[in-house]
Amino acid sequence: MYKLYATIIKDFRILLRDKVGLSLMFAMPIALALIITAVQNSTFELVNHNKIKLLLCNKDTAEASLQLVTAIEKTGMFEPIIVPANEKEETIIARMHAKDALIAVVIPKGFSIKITSTANRVAGNALSSFELTKDTTNKTLNSNFPITLYYHPVLQESFRQSILGAVNGALQLVQSKQIVRSLYTSLNEKQIPDSLENQIINNQIPIDQIPISKDSSRGIPNASQHNIPAWTIFAMFFIVISLGSSVVKEKLSGSFIRLNTLPTNYLIALLSKQLTYLLVAMLQAGTIFALGVWLFPVIGLPALNLPRDMTGLIIVSLICGWCAVSYAITIGVFSQTQEQCNGFGAISIIMFAAIGGLLVPSFAMPASFKPFLYLSPLHWCLEAYYGLFLEGGKLKDVLMNILPILCMILFMQLLTFYGLKRKNLI
Amino acid sequence: MSGLAINVENIDFAYQGQTKKCFSGLSLQIKEGERFGLFGPNGAGKTTLMNCMTGLLSVQSGKIDLFGQEVKKHDKTVNHFFGFVPQDFSFYQELSPMENLDFFGAWYGLSKVETKKRGKELLEILGLGDSATKQVQKFSGGMKRRVNLAIGVINQPRILFLDEPTVGVDVQTRHAIIDYLKELNKKGTTLVYTSHQLHEAEDLCTNVAMIDEGKIINQDSLENLKNQHQEKGLEGLFLKLTGKEYRD
Repeated sequence: MYKLYATIIKDFRILLRDKVGLSLMFAMPIALALIITAVQNSTFELVNHNKIKLLLCNKDTAEASLQLVTAIEKTGMFEPIIVPANEKEETIIARMHAKDALIAVVIPKGFSIKITSTANRVAGNALSSFELTKDTTNKTLNSNFPITLYYHPVLQESFRQSILGAVNGALQLVQSKQIVRSLYTSLNEKQIPDSLENQIINNQIPIDQIPISKDSSRGIPNASQHNIPAWTIFAMFFIVISLGSSVVKEKLSGSFIRLNTLPTNYLIALLSKQLTYLLVAMLQAGTIFALGVWLFPVIGLPALNLPRDMTGLIIVSLICGWCAVSYAITIGVFSQTQEQCNGFGAISIIMFAAIGGLLVPSFAMPASFKPFLYLSPLHWCLEAYYGLFLEGGKLKDVLMNILPILCMILFMQLLTFYGLKRKNLI
Repeated sequence: MSGLAINVENIDFAYQGQTKKCFSGLSLQIKEGERFGLFGPNGAGKTTLMNCMTGLLSVQSGKIDLFGQEVKKHDKTVNHFFGFVPQDFSFYQELSPMENLDFFGAWYGLSKVETKKRGKELLEILGLGDSATKQVQKFSGGMKRRVNLAIGVINQPRILFLDEPTVGVDVQTRHAIIDYLKELNKKGTTLVYTSHQLHEAEDLCTNVAMIDEGKIINQDSLENLKNQHQEKGLEGLFLKLTGKEYRD
């Protein structure tokens, strides 16, 4: 036992003197968690709370176009910058290149006439289908684009779709208003009262959005809940740089020769490294979670809500850490040089993160990649964490995610043992 | 003090993947309490033989006994008997000499108290008392050699294997190391030493073996060998027995 204790002390001393390794293991994942959460949170805020600047040029002066301008303003998503009606489209594009706004909506001349005539045709078609009018000609709807939306190419597809949805919603509102008005006038031969028009148009049925959870809580997951577990796992697996290197360094240095002449098995050294770095992995997790809980709200980011099952969280963290440590030791044992270990270790972790759903959500991955998802230890670790952090689950709910991790640990430990035996190192 | 410390009996050894054998039927006996020098040109097999004797390499046939116990790859009982000072710096440069001794002492099976006591004594003897808690990576080559030696003797070994223990050090350090080794031998430790520093070897060794192309070409006391070959020094004897051609 004293041999193991002395080895752990030795490993800790070496680790604490490796400032670069320590900064890689702690500073880098903390920075990553902070930056990615901040970026994702700002995107979320931009879509949901902050207003997007929008150049709005209304070349039409009639009522429907004014209604559209009001409807766009009322979406709450935009901060419209009104562009004079006589402004040329080239000027609007130039302003967009100057990043005055990334979106521009141009309402062309005759927009109101086009909308009104479309509404009249729809109303006419509806009435004729009820045989309330004698006109049985099925009038085709005008398919010309009534408005133009310019967007800056830096806007991502998903973001552009949200904007398009909001503008479409505003346009739909104006169109519905015109159709209701046209129908009312046709049936009653008088103008629709404002109060009725508002009642018909604005009485939208709200959608109640409820995040599902296993503990029946209704906590809304935020960017921190998504990002912190993911980057904690990433940090744990990035131990490969420090631990893998330490194994290779020991193998290549003279100290390994001496260790092999001593009356102690090298497995003690490997056990010590596992325990030392497992503690490091737990410290990493603890530090990142603590930052999420206490620092994030102070700097304006959403706070991390820890799972209710804290025992489950500790056990899952231990298993994830052990998996990361086992992976690092395997890479260290099979690498011939530190360069090999660092290069392969780092790239493999990024690849495992990519196929494991840390960089791109697993549900959004192409079908051809999905079988590889299950090969990534990071995927199972993430699923286990998400089960606790996002789904409000307990340890028993994530057992099926833990099982593959344990199998992978066993496989890696056996591989390490085989590697050491093959090279006559134990 | 007349028993056999090391008995190498008819060993064969070839490196993995190589057909040419390094040793074929090699035998060698070293008596307890000897200061034994193993000499030969580059590639003669000195380090390989030492690695076989310390269990770092496993012989394919024959056997090696240390004080009557066979050296086996996976049985480390015999490893309690000896200390090893490899040619390379075989310790953790990030640690201090005392921290290195704490760790290696534990791996030799010593208690914490024993390691501390012995470590402190050793560092004083080897002139490292003032640097005991400083990181070794900042040390000079000579100081590192002394740390290397201190670790090899922390367990007060009955046999000490030394593979070029003074390479690259100044005259003062060399003298200090050789004097310490003689003191150690007086207390009963058998020394098995290889080096290309033949003047130093002549000063240290009482018995020598010349090895060339995997064979022991001569083994006796240094005095007998010099008389037998009518040579005044070890260097002349070495050249006479192994020739003057390059051996790379």
